[in-house]
Amino acid sequence: MQILESVRIALRALTANKMRSILTMLGIVIGVGAVIALLSVGHGFEQYITEQFEGLGSNLLFVISGQLESGGPGSARASRQRFQPLTMGDAEALADPFQISDVVAVAPEFQRSGRVVRGKVDMSTSISGVTPEYESVRNFRPVLGEFIAAEHVNGRSRVAVIGDTVAEELFDEFEYPIGQTIKLNDVPFKVIGVLEEKGGGGGFGDADNLVMIPISTAQTRLFSAGAVRGELVISIVFIQVVSQEKMGDVADRITEVLRERHRISFKDDDDFTVVNQADLIQVFGQFTAVFTTVLGAIAGISLLVGGIGIMNIMLVSVTERTREIGIRKAVGAKRSDILLQFLIEAMVLSMIGGFVGITLGYGASTLLSGVLELQTVVTAGAILLATSFSAAVGLFFGIYPATRAARLNPIDALRYE
Amino acid sequence: MGDKVLIEARDITKIYQMGDMQVHALRGATLEVRLGELVAIMGPSGSGKSTLMNILGCLDQPSSGEYFLEGVEIDQLDDNQLAQIRGRKIGFVFQTFNLLSRTTALSNVELPLVYSGMGGRQRRKRAMDALDAVGLADRVHHRPNELSGGQQQRVAIARALINEPSIILADEPTGNLDSKSGAEIMAIFQHLNEVRGITIIFVTHEPEIAQHTRRIVSLADGRIVDDRPVREPRIAGERAYGVRVRDIVNRKAASEQVE
Ligand SMILES: Nc1ncnc2c1ncn2[C@@H]1O[C@H](COP(=O)(O)OP(=O)(O)OP(=O)(O)O)[C@@H](O)[C@H]1O
Ligand SMILES: [Mg+2]
Repeated sequence: MQILESVRIALRALTANKMRSILTMLGIVIGVGAVIALLSVGHGFEQYITEQFEGLGSNLLFVISGQLESGGPGSARASRQRFQPLTMGDAEALADPFQISDVVAVAPEFQRSGRVVRGKVDMSTSISGVTPEYESVRNFRPVLGEFIAAEHVNGRSRVAVIGDTVAEELFDEFEYPIGQTIKLNDVPFKVIGVLEEKGGGGGFGDADNLVMIPISTAQTRLFSAGAVRGELVISIVFIQVVSQEKMGDVADRITEVLRERHRISFKDDDDFTVVNQADLIQVFGQFTAVFTTVLGAIAGISLLVGGIGIMNIMLVSVTERTREIGIRKAVGAKRSDILLQFLIEAMVLSMIGGFVGITLGYGASTLLSGVLELQTVVTAGAILLATSFSAAVGLFFGIYPATRAARLNPIDALRYE
Repeated sequence: MGDKVLIEARDITKIYQMGDMQVHALRGATLEVRLGELVAIMGPSGSGKSTLMNILGCLDQPSSGEYFLEGVEIDQLDDNQLAQIRGRKIGFVFQTFNLLSRTTALSNVELPLVYSGMGGRQRRKRAMDALDAVGLADRVHHRPNELSGGQQQRVAIARALINEPSIILADEPTGNLDSKSGAEIMAIFQHLNEVRGITIIFVTHEPEIAQHTRRIVSLADGRIVDDRPVREPRIAGERAYGVRVRDIVNRKAASEQVE
């Protein structure tokens, strides 16, 4: 008998038992849909986290003062030691190619929160004192105007580059922000640039609610940064390394240089912390992987439920199907005819069910995307996993009884109860 | 019709294993049936009639003994060859009809042709003809549950006929039917036997029904205990059962002559 005829028999058997076919398909639809929807959330979350870190800039190390583990500068241990904040001098030392090689750029930052006012609008924002290197190291690009330049830093100019949120709050659609004056903590600044939207925010607060000004202006004119040995204090230093592989070496050299500069004796701990961007991504990566795994497990349960549904329908219909097989064999069906029929039935069911499930999963994923404000990602792997599992369950529980029945004498199949 | 031996079963036994117990359903049955015969098999319940029919119909295998169908030793055949014999040489009619419940009479009748590889259009035409031959031309699109017991059995007979088998085996074909429907079945059998020369063996409990044949074989306790000819076979439909059945037979006979 030809394949075409088997397909026709299978289709006829499926349409003759619409309810059973639909219920079996439902199991597949639920399983596939759930896995695709849930995994899309997990993958979307992972991708979101990764994007957040990549938004920081690439191959980045940063140094902050104090020890993260011992609770920061205020902790007992840190205060027992002679605690020294980071200074401009530290940043310059780190940028010195004779002291540390493989560094692309070093960007110190002096950061405080403050108020920005224009006309009636008054909002709190984050004010960062930066150098020109900050633009490339932290990956902040102005869409309008320009970034802080070296002469602004040297001249302690009152110029500001504003984030997207600040621009939207302070200026309406038709106003051109460049050249306008805004007030930061009552000091007037001229806007010279508007930053490209970073987007997201989420756990990190609004990444676009910030104002950047020359670091020297921030340290002396707007705030009064303390000084250590005549060097102005900074909040954090970002160091961009030439490549991923050099990150460890550079981090070690930074520790050596800073310990020397801070005159820390060999028995004492560092009074600063070097943080590796890759480490952070890894830590968060582990977290998000757990998250995805949990979602995956929930999805797995749905798959299982769907699978049990398929199994149930298949097993329940076995008696009827065994008799059907007996009848078919009694009128001349070969074993292979029977198997082919069931194989095709199972394939058609899982294909249609899988397709509907994928469509539904996509729909649910899009819906969740809106509800969770997260860009969900449907991966080919998830589709493959869900469909192949459901198809396997359908195939197994469809084919297994059929194989058994096909091997029986027709008369035993007819008598089966 | 001649003296050609169609069925030759020698010393057939069938033993069912039920846990520790052995059930001897057949204890050495020997039977010979020639081409063109119409045979009734009788016997008390549990005597092994169904067991024998199933073996003759290649639906089951004997525990021992030899069985030749048209000279072919059935014991030597593999699964696929058996399927082919069931599909092309034998038409089997069951007491409980055994139709596919969710498909139409037409699809049910077509089924053997599907497995013998005939194309769709020709299949449909043959199935229509077969249903017409059993008087169901106006019921082709009914499903089994939309048909009476007698009609269902006629669908089953049409299915058994469709591949133009050399033999029809029927296990209590009238067992679930009233006497009128039973007579219709007998009329069809007699017609098929006389006009088309198809060999028919059927099981029955009713002596009346058995009298429609030319030969009655009696089974008891797994053995053939009696085998005698019927001197004056009854003609179905002529005396006891009204005229309708005769119509069917006559009409078919007429149409056959035209062909
Ligand atoms: N599948 C089976 N397993 C075990 N024993 C069986 C099986 N089929 C039949 N038997 C036994 O074999 C014997 C013959 O059974 P069979 O069905 O051939 O009788 P029968 O003559 O057709 O009876 P009836 O007139 O009631 O249909 C019985 O004793 C029955 O119990
Ligand atoms: Mg019986």
